[in-house]
Amino acid sequence: MNLIQWATSPWGEQVPSHISWTLLYVSAIAGVLFLIVHAIYVAATGKSAAAHAEISSAAPAVNNAQIPERVARHSFGARAFHGIMALSMLALLFTAFLPKVGVQFAWVKWHWIAGVVLTISVIYHIIHASFVLDFWSIWPDAMDVEDAKRRMNLAMGKPSPEPRKFAKYPLENKLYHLIVMLAGLAAIGTGLFMMKRVQTPFFTRNPYLFGDMTWGWMYVLHGLAGVGFVALVTVHIYFAIRPEKLFITKSMIFGWITRDQYLEHHDPNRWPAVAESKKASF
Amino acid sequence: MAVIRDVIPAFELFQPTSVDDALSLQSRYGAKAWVLAGGLDSFDWFKDRIKRPEVVIDLSQVRELRGVRTAGDGLEIGAMTTLTEVVRHPVVREKFSILPVAAESAASPQIRNQGTIGGNVSQDARCWYYRGGWPCYRAGGNICYADTPTGLNREHAILDADRCVAVNPSDTAPALIALDAKMVLRTPKGEKVVDAENYFIGPSIDITKMTILKPGDLLTSIRIPGTWAGAQFYFEKVRDRNVWDFPLVNVASAITMSGNTIQRIRIAVNGVAAHPVRLTAVEAAVAGKQRSEETADMAGQLAIQGAEPLQYNGFKVPLLRNLVKRAIRGAAV
Repeated sequence: MNLIQWATSPWGEQVPSHISWTLLYVSAIAGVLFLIVHAIYVAATGKSAAAHAEISSAAPAVNNAQIPERVARHSFGARAFHGIMALSMLALLFTAFLPKVGVQFAWVKWHWIAGVVLTISVIYHIIHASFVLDFWSIWPDAMDVEDAKRRMNLAMGKPSPEPRKFAKYPLENKLYHLIVMLAGLAAIGTGLFMMKRVQTPFFTRNPYLFGDMTWGWMYVLHGLAGVGFVALVTVHIYFAIRPEKLFITKSMIFGWITRDQYLEHHDPNRWPAVAESKKASF
Repeated sequence: MAVIRDVIPAFELFQPTSVDDALSLQSRYGAKAWVLAGGLDSFDWFKDRIKRPEVVIDLSQVRELRGVRTAGDGLEIGAMTTLTEVVRHPVVREKFSILPVAAESAASPQIRNQGTIGGNVSQDARCWYYRGGWPCYRAGGNICYADTPTGLNREHAILDADRCVAVNPSDTAPALIALDAKMVLRTPKGEKVVDAENYFIGPSIDITKMTILKPGDLLTSIRIPGTWAGAQFYFEKVRDRNVWDFPLVNVASAITMSGNTIQRIRIAVNGVAAHPVRLTAVEAAVAGKQRSEETADMAGQLAIQGAEPLQYNGFKVPLLRNLVKRAIRGAAV
């Protein structure tokens, strides 16, 4: 199977055209396989519950009375961004790939409109996260790596100190954010240039902004990011509805987690609790 | 590149004798199969070695796809009926005279003897970059070579272009739309009947196709209801060579009059977009109006709203406007 479709330009040059659309099915199947394997693994080993029990014992002592009943997790601005970003992402995936599986409709206009919404929401998120939120809270740090090693050793039956509880975000969330950020920026960056090739109110159309080779690789990158999101979104939705993760999903809707959830999953020293009512709206 | 007009690459040929057999073959081979009607479009592709199907399903032996039959107060024309048969059929000439006129304007007598009405409405775009085998949008690539500052786009679209600027070259398509014809398809899910105007799709829907036909689908016949039988028809085609050429623009209209008032009208044009365009705004605007120069002018102006000419096809804008004006002024076909 060719991962990239190539074409011969009028000048006899071999140029990439776009990805093989078989990759769409590969990505979809990979996403579904991942969740099936994960679900079976968790069900068979009870790892998820055990992990909580293990890390709970490693938690430092805190004065529970100082922890508010509702701990603010996501501000309204962050939740609004997440909702808008999610809707635009789903719109982008549906408009991009439904025609590829035989559902025909005029998709280009809706696709670039959803792309513009995603771009604006991401710009907002970058500014918001940089200047209002705790920017570094979503980036993996040395402690995350060390704890990951500890968990790995324990999982393999090797002696190791117990891992600590998480800060605001578990390492999986941080890694997922990193991958989504890279794929998202690739899709947005290439998508913005690709908008120069279709009729929009923003630009004068210029399909000849780049040469065939550059455009070709741009289409390939856009396509790879796009099919990658099929698996990423599948996995994200799966984790969002897993019972042990539902409290995180709910916090993305309501903005807070309970004191018990906070104490069970998070290290107050790494993520100091703030009462939900005291948290700024944005 | 299209440099070899010689030996057709090998393929496996099937000549079914029934629609069911044809559909069964299509189902077996899926996208690998190429459905051959009269062959006027297909053999160009094959000889240029641009389309290389593994399997060709030749419909020429399927008798049930041929001929013109009476259906209620209208007609049903088999998809494999030749253009010449359509032109010569007495009932078609009597009731729906616009269709033989449109069919007779297609190509040359020899081609009309071989070419079918199903093939005429289902033929591919004639953009030479696309037909030349260049990796354009329509060929599955990511560029339109005609839509460039120096691209040869004199024959291309002025309406509804979306990345690809090729046009639909059918002469019978606008006439069938004017007659409110229905396309009868056999699909793996059974029979499907669609309005003629919905049979055609533009690049915004699917940039690699000109009709709704999917692998496994077959256009079996075209039904023409009696609704417009005996109406006042107008068909005009403008082409570079009057003896034999694809349309630069063509127009087809069917009008019923009440005195000098336009009672009902259907009007469609082709050669201006990747699909035949039914001018619904014109129809709505002129219905109930006096047939006059003023009405014709208004219709012409409405027809060109939204037109976006390319570098070399600006002439199509006044051409479209004037053809629509002439269709409204009318001179019964």
